[in-house]
Amino acid sequence: MSARFLALLIVLIAGSALAQGFAGLGTQSDGFSVPEPGQDLVFPEDHGAHPAFRIEWWYLTANLTDGNGTDLGLQWTLFRSALRPEAGDGWSASQAWMAHAAVTTEDRHFSTELFARGGIGQAGVTATPFAAWIDDWRMTSRTAAGEDPLSALHVTARGIDFSYDIDLKASGPLVLHGDNGFSVKSASGQASYYYSQPFYRVTGTVHLPSGPVEVSGQAWLDREWSSQPLDPDQTGWDWLSLHFDDGSKLMGFRLRSRSANAYTSATWIDPDGKTTAYGDGALRMTPVGTHEVAGRTVPVEWRLQLAARGLDITINAINPDSWMDTLVSYWEGPVTAEGSNRGRGYLEMTGYE
Amino acid sequence: MISAGFCALLSHWRARPLQLATVIVGLALATGLWTGVQAINSEARSSYSRAAAVLGQNTLERLEAADGRPIAADRFVDLRRAGWLVSPVVEGSLRLEQERVRVIGIDVFTLPQGAAPLGLSGNDDIAAFTSGDGLILAHPETAAALADSGLALRGSLRVTPGDLMADIATAWTMLERQDVDYFLLAPRQPAGLAPLAQIAPDLKRVAPDPQGDVARLADSFHLNLTAFGLLSFAVGLFIVHATVGLAFEQRRAMIRTLRALGLPNRTVILLLLVETLLLALVAGLLGVALGYGIAALLLPDVAATLAGLYGASVPGSLTLRPDWMLTGLAIAFAGALIAVGQGIWRIARMPLLAPAQPRAWAMANLKTSRWSTLAALVLLPAALITAWLGSGLWAGFATLGALLLGTALLLPALLIAILTLGARNARSAMAEWVWADMRQQVPSLSLALMALMLALAANVGVGTMVSSFRDTFTGWLDQRLASELYVSADNEVQAEAMRAFLAGRADAVLPIRETEIEIGGLPVSLYGIVDHATYRDNWPLLQSAENVWDRVAAGDGALINEQLFRRGGHELGERLTLSPGWSQEIVGVYSDYGNPSGQMIVSHDALMGFFPDIAKLRHAVRVAPEEARALTEALTGEFGLAPGNILNQADVKRFSLDVFDRTFLVTGALNTLTLGIAGFAILANLLTLSSMRLSQLAPVWAVGTTRVTLARLEMLRTLALAALTFLVALPVGLVLAWVLLAIVNVEAFGWRLPMFVYPGQWLRLLVLALVAAGLAAAIPVWRLARTRPARFLKVFAHER
Repeated sequence: MSARFLALLIVLIAGSALAQGFAGLGTQSDGFSVPEPGQDLVFPEDHGAHPAFRIEWWYLTANLTDGNGTDLGLQWTLFRSALRPEAGDGWSASQAWMAHAAVTTEDRHFSTELFARGGIGQAGVTATPFAAWIDDWRMTSRTAAGEDPLSALHVTARGIDFSYDIDLKASGPLVLHGDNGFSVKSASGQASYYYSQPFYRVTGTVHLPSGPVEVSGQAWLDREWSSQPLDPDQTGWDWLSLHFDDGSKLMGFRLRSRSANAYTSATWIDPDGKTTAYGDGALRMTPVGTHEVAGRTVPVEWRLQLAARGLDITINAINPDSWMDTLVSYWEGPVTAEGSNRGRGYLEMTGYE
Repeated sequence: MISAGFCALLSHWRARPLQLATVIVGLALATGLWTGVQAINSEARSSYSRAAAVLGQNTLERLEAADGRPIAADRFVDLRRAGWLVSPVVEGSLRLEQERVRVIGIDVFTLPQGAAPLGLSGNDDIAAFTSGDGLILAHPETAAALADSGLALRGSLRVTPGDLMADIATAWTMLERQDVDYFLLAPRQPAGLAPLAQIAPDLKRVAPDPQGDVARLADSFHLNLTAFGLLSFAVGLFIVHATVGLAFEQRRAMIRTLRALGLPNRTVILLLLVETLLLALVAGLLGVALGYGIAALLLPDVAATLAGLYGASVPGSLTLRPDWMLTGLAIAFAGALIAVGQGIWRIARMPLLAPAQPRAWAMANLKTSRWSTLAALVLLPAALITAWLGSGLWAGFATLGALLLGTALLLPALLIAILTLGARNARSAMAEWVWADMRQQVPSLSLALMALMLALAANVGVGTMVSSFRDTFTGWLDQRLASELYVSADNEVQAEAMRAFLAGRADAVLPIRETEIEIGGLPVSLYGIVDHATYRDNWPLLQSAENVWDRVAAGDGALINEQLFRRGGHELGERLTLSPGWSQEIVGVYSDYGNPSGQMIVSHDALMGFFPDIAKLRHAVRVAPEEARALTEALTGEFGLAPGNILNQADVKRFSLDVFDRTFLVTGALNTLTLGIAGFAILANLLTLSSMRLSQLAPVWAVGTTRVTLARLEMLRTLALAALTFLVALPVGLVLAWVLLAIVNVEAFGWRLPMFVYPGQWLRLLVLALVAAGLAAAIPVWRLARTRPARFLKVFAHER
């Protein structure tokens, strides 16, 4: 427990999650840069790391099927956390890294995590050529010069009892959330920079204890960085990315608050990549069914309504036991959407203690 | 009826408070010494297991360089990027503020599950810990000792005393290094990785060490302490047994009355058992408290000993642990039950109307003494056989046990034989009476005398062993530390400059080159030396072949230390394989006290030929002794060497002797306490006997001997018995010393020492024994001298 606990403290947590928001995201940002509205994101530079900001992630989720059409979910995430505002160098560098990988089938959920200090090459992200890595896990660009480096990726990860090796090819553009990539996270103005590449087609192999599985499907990459994205009062979030069968996509989240109503935000993505951002209150997320997992009660069935789009759907977990039993633990797994729109997607729920 | 019966039984103690005190004090002393030793052992063992568990080394595999050298730091990233879950550790020792500490540098990000907990909390702590010049965790004792060091220390009970736990970057700064000593391997590694043999052929996997070297080495030391604890307990038990037996006998009349009044025998026995348990509880609690006191008093010295001798780190403060407190109480109960067992057994089988016969009870011991003589005649040959045929530490202690117990049991018979002989030579009736009276006293005093004998023999034995050891050790230090200065450079460039600097200033600069090899599965330090008179003239060889130094100088022979020689069962002339393709003949064996592990010496050139990468950093410097101080200062000034890099021969000697003296301070203290208990045993016995002796003294008084003369004779008798006991104890003690030197030490430490005798010590001990016996006899004798004549007369009036 010790090393994990330590690493938990190192990477994200400050004191109790209750007092300071989930995983320490609600702590002070003294000495770190803070996202400002009206700043244009610049690519490919912004694919790389932003050490002046406190936290950042490269977050890939994939909805796949095997040869028989059976659903399978996959996650690859690299978190960066700055321990101190000053840079430091080599073994004394101030950056710390944490990574999660998971594979979810209808009845199994495999997950693992890694930690590393920055500055020595064990983990890091470079913008050109694009590469994100920790130990032997990799997310590397496969594009030719001139293309967006994120438009084709090779991704690998390995745990004690599973591994995967997949190729991704984007069929659409990058998508900016909120106000041109400036995504507000609370009524009092906390915000992050946030963009996605939701148009990946995926092929590859997943190795499970039962043997290798050839998979194909869609994937969604989220990029987000900030120094204080949560209001100290906010206790956790419920986040969704959905690929609808008609080619349109939806990103939505609900930030729960101890004292006020939940804060919601959504981005509707047309099949051609055109986005419409919806501010607080437009998206309604209502838990309708819960499940006991890892000693917590977690809402694994949701009703989602977005009146402006005539959307009224029910979200169901493919495997309700998709608990990430990592140092910072949370629920993350593939879901189905039924109702006015049909599709597949990923649900992440944090702060259920 | 039951409560009335119980009150009646207890009233015996109310009437004889001294007897009650004797039982309780005796049992408390026995329990106290035993508990004290257990508390010390328990504290030390928990330190060892903490030390063994540092960074989970008791459960985690390690990856080390096959040649034992440090590993380049980049290898960590290479291994991680190949998917192997490894975590780097750097270790080094440092002298800070006169304290020698071990600095352990770790990487908290990759530390496997099961590695040490550190006691950091909060984001700020982690940031502070990893900030390069970061937070350092240390045991509160260590942190307090280093309070003025200017380091960012944080007390943590999870860190072993003497260790500083820091981020690897911080540790590097402190140790002035940039590399890694080993990697910890996470217990579960991902599937499908390239094998280590392929990606890191120069690294070897090392299995976890569940016990830790230190615990293994120090085991013998603790066995020693335990043996002493048992001895003291046995001595204490003698007292209780004697007193309780008497108390039972004296209560026969009362018990007879109780039974005649209708109290069933079973109830009587039950009540006696309850009484025993009550006594044991009171004495046990007192004993545990006493044991705590003894342990707290002795622990700092034990800790210093263990640190000096084995490098084991044990805190100097004692923790109350339920394990030794409970065993202390348990042993008090067990002791009390053993002591009263015989008494209760007799009461159980007592005919209803049997009269009380305290005097007969005392004399009944004569019958038992025949049995004990017989037992002794079995035990003594057994001791001889185990000494002859047995091997190992346990055989050594079995020999000791059989020897001590055997002689103790033989003591009454021996004393009676001596006294009978004395009586034959008596010239006057008075003298004859004195001899005979002394002889008839032996059975009733036998238990106390046995206790005294054990204590005296232990004193002679341990005293002889320690003094022999100290004399040998002092002489050996003079030989072994022949060079005036021992200098270490931080790197080879500095070493080169240092050699040039010393060339004109010192008489000789002798390189010391060392590497670790394995012989017979045990680690051995292999040294290379150049041919020099320093070695030829001084090196303490125990055995050697012809032309030993010429052969070593020519690269045609190796010297090994006594530890390797004995543990490996090697012989002179045997060839040992040092590394593949290189073997050497053993041409000499040297003594190497104070070092727990094996060592070997070969020629410098031969060593460097086979291990060319050995760091050329250490040197022994010969210089006129009066110039050593100035040269030290010159070296420090020129190269800015840390104090730990220059060792002065005189300092090393002083330090070594200091460690030595502390090592045996504990045994000495336990010894003295045991002697004290034996003195108390005599007092207890004489006190209980004094009232019974009136009937024997009254006739002598009646024929005209004054009370003062009687008292003087009484004192003389006690002193004579003590002196005779000492005479028996002396040869036993010498045999004990021999067993300790020739068997126990060889097993425990790996060296055998010559035995010297110290008559001065014996004389001191004889005086001590006489004083103890004299003090013990003083009260009864004083009472006798003041006995009113009427009481003597009553003896005749009341004679049965």
